[in-house]
Amino acid sequence: MARLNLIQAITDGLRVAMREDERVLVLGEDVGVNGGVFRATEGLQAEFGSERVVDTPLAEAGIIGASVGLAVQGMRPVPELQFAGFIYPAVEQIVCHVSRVRMRSQGRFSCPMVIRAPYGGGIRAPELHGDSPEAFFVHQPGLQVVCPSSPYDAKGLLLAALEADDPVIFFEPMRIYRAFKEEVPDGHYTVPIGQAKVVRAGTHLSLFAWGTMLRVSLEAAELAKQQGWEVEVVDLRTLSPLDRDTILASVEKTGRALVVHEAPKTAGLGAEIVALINEGALLSLEAPVGRVGGYDVPQPLFALEDLHAPDALRIMHGIANVMNF
Amino acid sequence: MMNRIDQEQADANTVSTDQLIDMYRWMITVRHFDRRAVHLQRSGRIGTYAPLEGQEAAQVGCGFALEKRDWLFPTYREHGVSMVHGLPMATIFLYWNGRPEGCISPRGVNIFPIAVPIATQLPHAVGAAWASKLRGEDTVTVGFLGDGATSEGDFHEAMNFAGVFKLPVLFFCQNNGYAISVPLAKQTATETIAEKAAAYGVEGIRVDGNDVLAVYEAVKWAADKARSGGGPTLIEAVTYRFGSHTTADDHTRYRASDEVEAWREKDGIERLRRTLVERGVWSDELESDAWERADRTVQRAIDEMLSAPPVDHNRLFDYAYAKLPQQLQDQREEMRTLYGDGGGK
Repeated sequence: MARLNLIQAITDGLRVAMREDERVLVLGEDVGVNGGVFRATEGLQAEFGSERVVDTPLAEAGIIGASVGLAVQGMRPVPELQFAGFIYPAVEQIVCHVSRVRMRSQGRFSCPMVIRAPYGGGIRAPELHGDSPEAFFVHQPGLQVVCPSSPYDAKGLLLAALEADDPVIFFEPMRIYRAFKEEVPDGHYTVPIGQAKVVRAGTHLSLFAWGTMLRVSLEAAELAKQQGWEVEVVDLRTLSPLDRDTILASVEKTGRALVVHEAPKTAGLGAEIVALINEGALLSLEAPVGRVGGYDVPQPLFALEDLHAPDALRIMHGIANVMNF
Repeated sequence: MMNRIDQEQADANTVSTDQLIDMYRWMITVRHFDRRAVHLQRSGRIGTYAPLEGQEAAQVGCGFALEKRDWLFPTYREHGVSMVHGLPMATIFLYWNGRPEGCISPRGVNIFPIAVPIATQLPHAVGAAWASKLRGEDTVTVGFLGDGATSEGDFHEAMNFAGVFKLPVLFFCQNNGYAISVPLAKQTATETIAEKAAAYGVEGIRVDGNDVLAVYEAVKWAADKARSGGGPTLIEAVTYRFGSHTTADDHTRYRASDEVEAWREKDGIERLRRTLVERGVWSDELESDAWERADRTVQRAIDEMLSAPPVDHNRLFDYAYAKLPQQLQDQREEMRTLYGDGGGK
């Protein structure tokens, strides 16, 4: 077992998958010789050759559209989009085709692929490099949306995504790509898609977060502890499908809930989770479910990005609002 | 119009008289199908339909030049070539009747579900061709498009990928002069569609799309080239749709009737009929027999469409995911409780 950071864990996951299954190929801009702008595919072309780790022309719709053709003909493409902020030219392909191939062909064709996209702000990148568009894809039936927050989960979820027969949008929290290391098993293991994880047990409030926001939420939980509030922090890990059972069980235990995300608050995934809790655990609630999200403004230039995304202070404020209702 | 075709190759590909008769029978079958489909829409038996009358030569010629193992990535107007490639006519009627079975080609019929968004199927054809190249298969993939599609980004991205990776893919453009109401001159500032290929290092050829033999030879040539590792080709088949874009459109709003009439005189069906008569292999008797046969074939497909059992409600959910998430299972249960399973009622 090695201690790896999140990006190393992803590289390791890709390597394991490519060794095990020769249908797997990686394609995207700069993924080959350069190893990707974040080095997620470093060393893979040297090991697997330029036919399986393919530098493509600069064309997001082309990358995803070609992956549709590859997938329906039995390959397992892993297209990389350099940044989630660059996913928009490919949205038509994802929404009109990737997500619908199975349904439209009534199972005659399937479109298994793992679309990797680093998401979220916090790395001082230029404009349009730091969006959190997960709600768009959660809203689109036919897709699964996965968002790890740790190296162990990143590798395990990636390998599970590669085994899935449904297409997966795999959002990688670029802010924590290299933030910390943890033990990551060698070889193959999976973390099942669709299962949230209680990463910190608590009794007063359930806090739901994913990806970039998880560690900030854990910091906020420490602040809350100083107030005597034991916050349970749940890492959703999979955003579509949501792990309804774990979410509701946690709320039934604590009676209060807060959702934290980096994406703009309005019509974000937090709204869906609030609705889900209303439908499934209303009578357990001691207070309205709170939301802490990014402000409803476009992802700002980086001089302002720390203000945009929730930090521990803002999350603590959200916790206090729910606790003091 | 067509260039870059090696004469020797073209001669080798020349079709026999029997094949020519077969092509003719297909062309009138497609035309009869198309006219019946328009009437079915008018009488409310199917939904909005996209007619192809006028483009039979382009489609039948293309279909005859391909092998059964080749893959088609069609748009919503490729009924003719799809039928020639093996798609049951009833399936096409079912599609326009809004039924999910209409999207499915039977096993062994290599046709991908119709793409409705413009040009989006072209990167798919590129990916499929890429897969055959990786596997060393002797397969050609054809992406179909109209002239309007050449303005979309996906067209350019697909052409570029095909050129860069030298893929066994054909882009078969039926330039019928209009994208709904917008004429070619407002679609592109280039003289032809074919010349766009040069920008991607792809060969482009332009062919008279109302000449079934010219289309056949062009597609055969390009497919042979692709099979032998020679890479992609953009084929522009110049043709015309006699009717509207769809049954929801009225082409008299944007086209002069003398323009339509002028194109009718170039009708590929009439041209082929004259050739057959000149060769002494066609007669009025064979002509009426051919239309009667076409009518029986089309009627059988219509009967099959009209007598299809009610759609199984489970089809709403069963194929959305390989592994149905719990919330969809819950929604399916709710649907069954409220509406039953459908099918057979």
